[in-house]
Amino acid sequence: MSGGWEPVIGLEIHAQLATRSKIFSGAATAYGAAPNTQACLVDLGYPGVLPVLNAEAVRLAVRFGLAIGASIASRSVFARKNYFYPDLPKGYQISQYELPVVQGGSLRIELDDGSSRTVRLTRAHLEEDAGKSLHENFHGLSGIDLNRAGTPLLEIVSEPDMRSAKEAAAYMRRIHQLVRWIGICDGNMQEGSFRCDANVSVRPAGSTQLGTRTEIKNLNSFRFLERAILFEIDRQIGVLEDGGRIVQETRLYDPDRDQTRSMRSKEEANDYRYFPDPDLLPLEISEALIAEVRATLPELPDARAQRLVAEAGLGAGEATLLTASRELADYFEAVLAAVGPGHARLAATWVNGELAAALNRDALGIEAARVDAQALAGLLARIADQTISGKIAKEVFEAMWAGEGSADQIIDRKGLRQITDSSALEQVIDQVIAANPGQVAEYRAGKDKLFGFFVGQVMKLTAGKGNPAQVNELLRRKLAS
Amino acid sequence: MQGDDRSIAELARALRERSTSSRELVAASLARIERFDGALNAFITVTPEQALAAADAADARLARGEGGPLTGVPIAHKDIFCTRGVATTCASKMLANFISPYDATVVERLAAAGLVCVGKTNMDEFAMGSSNETSFFGPVRNPWDLERSPGGSSGGSAAAVAAGLVPAATGTDTGGSIRQPAALSGITGFKPSYGRVSRYGMIAFASSLDQAGILARSAEDAALVVEAMAGFDPRDSTSADLPVPRYVAELGRPLAGRRIGVPPEFFDAGLDAGCAARLREALEVLRQLGAEIVDVSLPHLGLSVPTYYIVAPAEASSNLARFDGVRFGHRSTAAGSLEEMYKRSRQEGFGAEVRRRIMTGTYVLSTGYYDAYYLQAQKARKLIAEDLRRAFDRVDVIAGPTTPTPAFRLGEKTDDPVQMYLNDIYTIAVNLAGVPGISVPCGFVDGLPVGLQLIGPAFGEAAVLNVAHQYQCATDWHRRRPADPPAGAKR
Repeated sequence: MSGGWEPVIGLEIHAQLATRSKIFSGAATAYGAAPNTQACLVDLGYPGVLPVLNAEAVRLAVRFGLAIGASIASRSVFARKNYFYPDLPKGYQISQYELPVVQGGSLRIELDDGSSRTVRLTRAHLEEDAGKSLHENFHGLSGIDLNRAGTPLLEIVSEPDMRSAKEAAAYMRRIHQLVRWIGICDGNMQEGSFRCDANVSVRPAGSTQLGTRTEIKNLNSFRFLERAILFEIDRQIGVLEDGGRIVQETRLYDPDRDQTRSMRSKEEANDYRYFPDPDLLPLEISEALIAEVRATLPELPDARAQRLVAEAGLGAGEATLLTASRELADYFEAVLAAVGPGHARLAATWVNGELAAALNRDALGIEAARVDAQALAGLLARIADQTISGKIAKEVFEAMWAGEGSADQIIDRKGLRQITDSSALEQVIDQVIAANPGQVAEYRAGKDKLFGFFVGQVMKLTAGKGNPAQVNELLRRKLAS
Repeated sequence: MQGDDRSIAELARALRERSTSSRELVAASLARIERFDGALNAFITVTPEQALAAADAADARLARGEGGPLTGVPIAHKDIFCTRGVATTCASKMLANFISPYDATVVERLAAAGLVCVGKTNMDEFAMGSSNETSFFGPVRNPWDLERSPGGSSGGSAAAVAAGLVPAATGTDTGGSIRQPAALSGITGFKPSYGRVSRYGMIAFASSLDQAGILARSAEDAALVVEAMAGFDPRDSTSADLPVPRYVAELGRPLAGRRIGVPPEFFDAGLDAGCAARLREALEVLRQLGAEIVDVSLPHLGLSVPTYYIVAPAEASSNLARFDGVRFGHRSTAAGSLEEMYKRSRQEGFGAEVRRRIMTGTYVLSTGYYDAYYLQAQKARKLIAEDLRRAFDRVDVIAGPTTPTPAFRLGEKTDDPVQMYLNDIYTIAVNLAGVPGISVPCGFVDGLPVGLQLIGPAFGEAAVLNVAHQYQCATDWHRRRPADPPAGAKR
């Protein structure tokens, strides 16, 4: 990136709320049904029908507001956003405009260099989704699928607090983590349950005024978000350095070409003619409802990570990894509870290491782990009591992952129990010393590096089962004598 | 053949005593429609088969000793209410081919109460009009003078009841659309408080003003029918979750001690002298019945017409956006692009008055004009509502004219929308404030009926109906009938 320019980025994230029915009708919200089978008369915008607000959608919005320390508006207003489009049945979208349900709040993001910063949120408001226009396989016509019309969305709007594509991606990840953590959104980006618009501008470093921004629409992966913003920052700097002006416009990111292109300019933008929806009364939220929702809020990711650091003695980085999702944190704590509080570091190393790698390799979520928390704890217990070494444990873990049984069954079946009998180990060591007189002489003459060679030979003869600490100690003693 | 002069209460009694049958009443109603609607054009759709089948079902229930106080009585629905399996046109080319897949709550509740629907009545297109001349299906004629308008927008319902085609018909009232045609047609028209009757299934014109009600021959009949259609509906978020009082039980209460407010603003220069004279006579009747006539002021009444003609078109411009030719209704076959399809479908499907209001509404909501028009209108609306609320601290009901003049000639005001809009000058404030109002006949000027309007506080329907009923007990204007029009089939 060119020096002398500071990017300024704000995000608008649309999270589909995990309700069973739509925000203003009783139709189901499940994904993947045959076109137009989940759209009732209200979703179709039939003459005479009226919207009725889904109380569960309100509770989920309140849940989000409480999780980010926002204020929950005791009175908020639904407005109509008017524009014509074939997949917008009523000719308007019901949204919140001047008075959103969630106001303010903030979130901490962590950066790769270990530093962190706070991103402020402007607001989060409830609205309904539109349907889908299908332009393929209709022989020059367009198909309309209104299954998605009326699906509840929470639009989460940040302040322009981010200064790089990486920060923006970190923020988007953090919101993604949070909405799943508190159970308000499944976070499925392929199905469009979680998508993002990015507002990007640049300004001369040190300036306090905002430059003209462009909005990049419908980014549905973290990588695309980062790529699109990087491209857009470079594009804007290029324009400005060539003496041009940035045009306020909406742009689309094309992942195949890795670039953004103009969709429509401000002049072409609709005048949405927002006004309060007279079909819906102002949304009133009582203190009692807020208290009720608050009582069901789980321990949040930050608090949980801090507790893991304080109670279990984990490092901050380890704790952050373990709280990437609530399911992972639950898994870890279940392992810890079973293996005992003294072994937190061991448990963290294994969950973040072998387990994470295995899940990643098989593209599985933690909920589908082939080794459950109790089973992993069983393995860690054998490491802790020195029945097996860490190295052997990896072999046992792979066997467990392959479904070959519990740690103890595998250790017994394969005879992997560690040799801790000193006389047995001494016998092996004597054998090794006798078989390698040259190396012994060199070692004794000061070539310390050869120590590893002797350890390797002993381990080879014990098939890796020699207790490493004991082997080291006995070897050192015998070689010195 | 004469129309049936019996009240709904009398018809219901005769049905329960089995001295008449629903089939007999419904067949008589259908016969009068067949004979006289050629001259009146009060109906858009008549449904003889469904009506006779429903009448037979009602008779079967009555024969088993079942059924309620309205079972078997014929009724008609304004064509703004969705009726399952029956054309629901809103008197627009846009919906001329629309068969509703569901029943409006009002339709459902009245059917459940045993009323038998004989057809759908004509109206101004999308309820936008005060003369019934904006209908795609042609104007309705006033039974008192076929060259005159019956008023609008519920003009078909008003003419049908006035001519004795049905004992009662539903209507909707956004700025006077029940009370004004009732006044011009010499019948009783009752609009309950906003929120009292569900709007579900009633095709929206201006959502914050629209309210369903009834056009009937008397306040007593109106009370009976409204009791059956009112009450909370979970499908309408703006419907009031309040119990519906037994209006009928309150009707007999004497007027002694009732305080009736008369605002000088209602007796302005715009009020026809003949109408003013009839109204003063009506007030004298109320005074003699024991009511106390009190002066009250509604200082912001003059703001109601301009306020209304911002709020109502604003909401209408958005409510009517769904008529885009995509899913139902008229779709232009001449369009080559999506945008052209929208433009042509709407241009062809909507009449001139509807297009005028959509454009007005779009304008007042636009960036740069919203604050000057829409927000100002909301403020004015609050002032008007506050005037009425304050007045009701002092009086039980407010009395005044329903319209400035008796029925005007068809074509007389069609070239001057503002003159047409001013016809609603006395009725609009009631909608802006969301309070109940009724128009009852109170005499004639040059052979044309005049209406007395009675207005109550929010959810104070009982007081309005009580005063109206007591007035009707002391007068017989509501029993006057126009001569039958010339018989003849519909053109």
